[in-house]
Amino acid sequence: MTLAARTVSAHPSEGLQLPLAGWPSDPDWLAVARRGAAAWVTANGFPSAKHEDWRYTRIDPALAIPFATDTDTGRRTATGGSWPDVSLRDLLGPGLGGIRLVVVDGHFAPELSDHGYLPSGARLDSLHDALAVAPHRLEPLWSWHSNGYPHALRALSDALATDGILIDLPTEAVVDDPIEIVLLTVPGRAPHWSHPRIVVLAGAGSKATVVETHLGVPGQPSVTNALTQVVVDDGAQVAHYVIQDENLDSFHFSSLDAHLGHSSRFSSRLLAVGGRIGRHEVHTVLHGENAEVELHGLFLTGSGQHHDNAILVDHAALGCRSHQIYKGVIDGDGHGVFNGHIVVRPGAVGTDAHQTNKNLLLSDRAEVDTRPRLEIFADDVACTHGAAVGQLDPDALFYLRSRGVPHQEARALLVSGFVQEVLDCFADGPIRQYAERLVAAHLEPIMSAGRRGTDSASDSDSDSARDVSASRSRGGTAK
Amino acid sequence: MLLIDDLHASIGDTEILSGLSLEVAAGEVHAVMGPNGSGKSTLAHVLAGRDPYQVTAGRVLYDGADLLAMTPEERAAAGVFLGFQHPVEIPGVANMYFLRTALNALRRARGLDEVGPVEFLAIAEEKRRLVEMDRMLMDRPVNDGFSGGEKKRNEILQMLLFEPRLAILDETDSGLDIDALRVVAAGVSSLRSPDTAAILITHHQRLLDHLVPDRVHVLAGGRIVRSGGPELAAELEAHGYAGFDTRCSRELPAPIGSGR
Ligand SMILES: Nc1ncnc2c1ncn2[C@@H]1O[C@H](COP(=O)(O)OP(=O)(O)O)[C@@H](O)[C@H]1O
Ligand SMILES: [Mg+2]
Repeated sequence: MTLAARTVSAHPSEGLQLPLAGWPSDPDWLAVARRGAAAWVTANGFPSAKHEDWRYTRIDPALAIPFATDTDTGRRTATGGSWPDVSLRDLLGPGLGGIRLVVVDGHFAPELSDHGYLPSGARLDSLHDALAVAPHRLEPLWSWHSNGYPHALRALSDALATDGILIDLPTEAVVDDPIEIVLLTVPGRAPHWSHPRIVVLAGAGSKATVVETHLGVPGQPSVTNALTQVVVDDGAQVAHYVIQDENLDSFHFSSLDAHLGHSSRFSSRLLAVGGRIGRHEVHTVLHGENAEVELHGLFLTGSGQHHDNAILVDHAALGCRSHQIYKGVIDGDGHGVFNGHIVVRPGAVGTDAHQTNKNLLLSDRAEVDTRPRLEIFADDVACTHGAAVGQLDPDALFYLRSRGVPHQEARALLVSGFVQEVLDCFADGPIRQYAERLVAAHLEPIMSAGRRGTDSASDSDSDSARDVSASRSRGGTAK
Repeated sequence: MLLIDDLHASIGDTEILSGLSLEVAAGEVHAVMGPNGSGKSTLAHVLAGRDPYQVTAGRVLYDGADLLAMTPEERAAAGVFLGFQHPVEIPGVANMYFLRTALNALRRARGLDEVGPVEFLAIAEEKRRLVEMDRMLMDRPVNDGFSGGEKKRNEILQMLLFEPRLAILDETDSGLDIDALRVVAAGVSSLRSPDTAAILITHHQRLLDHLVPDRVHVLAGGRIVRSGGPELAAELEAHGYAGFDTRCSRELPAPIGSGR
């Protein structure tokens, strides 16, 4: 079978054409779901600035890149010569000490993965294999948007995702070490989209930590359209991390959907440093009573980068709690977006929902748009939300310098103080260390750019004299 | 050691220091007193290199070098220390880490080896005991949630740690109870040597009872309007600053009917 026959039409204006025969391995329900999703995209098109939720983020440049899925098996040998010029193992780094599953361009790569201990009854599989051997576990996940998709990227995942990872934990299963999933984008071939899909089914009372690391090597642009679906059953606890460190030419769209059962707990932590355009959606539905969700995010947006964070917390049951802190550090001509939406549905009495977004602009040209939103349809709720945009506190900067700390080092210290609140929420140990290393590595160029007297420094010197308000932002000094 | 000569400084269009002159020799402790708003903190900030103050005339020599040409961090490295009237809170940066970072920056600039975390722990603990500061405050973010007195103790701790040659303490004694006052006085006394000097900016005589200055100056209307020995402090305590709080010249009485 030729590659072309397996390739989806490259441009949205041509409509989305699935291979006529579909994927031969698809069960019937999946073939139906794929056709439905493709039809939805054809009918509704891609999000544009006209869509409220996409006001600040353009996906047009990514649409110029083919949605190619160049295999029907979803399985190939990553180390078997497909990427001869890149030592993929070196890219992966040391790991977090537990199970590590590697997904290359959307496809599970067993040769690069390290398996480890799993409690009995727990299943860890490539999504491709799981679709073949346990399709009943996955079928419900393809119908989450049977009433219509929030936007075309979710539909694209339903239409085109063939591989990824399934984590299926039975009742009371506890996995102590983090399960690490590295999603690698490899350049060197024609740019293309990949649609990795991760499914976590956490049975009642089970417990696990899942770390998604999105990595890319510099080179051609690529597009990642990752979808993670998490079902947190009654009393289960899932901690989820996304570390977005894609290459600076690439487009990264990730969606994390979590459904929370009775007395369950879910946490989502995001660290975004990479990509040219990155959009990180988190959509949590608290539909069991007494469920609790924590959402923490940190985005470091440098020159030429755009990071959009779209969050929806849907309180649909009695007595649930949600707590969000997102912080952004934007430098050069970078652009950050925070779009946080809390909905408290009728009947969700006793809801406790809090949302904070704070942003630090390190340059005159840096921009941030922040829109915290709260919609309450229930009584007896405690909800707060707030946003702040500021620059480095000139008093603090002077205080440090008066103690002998050189200007750029003082700036770096203040920025690290600003981000610490979010990093403190990352689990102690290898995950926190990894995040801290990444943050330090990404703050270093910001600070040394200033040291060389290029954009950051010229901006920073005027920090103290200038009013803290920035375009489309509220005044104040970010703390 | 420090020579301030006809210093004029303004913020925006407002002149705050209007021809201030002051000389402090090595080994001396000077007190600068004056009514609220007379420019004491402005003087301290100009000496430390704070940004928005513009020096429009005059000069400041520190050990013969042009102090005003140096960055704040260069002044610190050269041994100038400012104890802030309002110490700044720095969320997210642990006090201990800040202190070590600053000490090592100073040591690098002074050509000394950096101090490792373990060695630093011992040094910091010694200073902490001297200023009788709660140990927990070492692990908290810098000044974040500290009480007024705790902030001032933290300033004195820094002064002891950084071993300045010229310490400028801006109302470090304000709002302190008698124990804290004793700590501040002891801290400054311990730094007193033939090679160091201190400028104590203060409102009250209280601190000067513990720490007898060599000279006392009255700052009013942006300049030194009177100087004297320690007895001047007592006089000010008794009679207040009446008569000093106008922009009158030291030599001439204010012109009658000038409207000022
Ligand atoms: N940043 C500033 N902006 C505007 N005016 C200032 C500023 N700092 C000080 N001033 C003014 O300068 C004068 C002297 O202030 P300051 O030096 O703080 O006095 P002191 O410390 O003696 O009480 C006051 O009138 C004060 O209002
Ligand atoms: Mg003052």
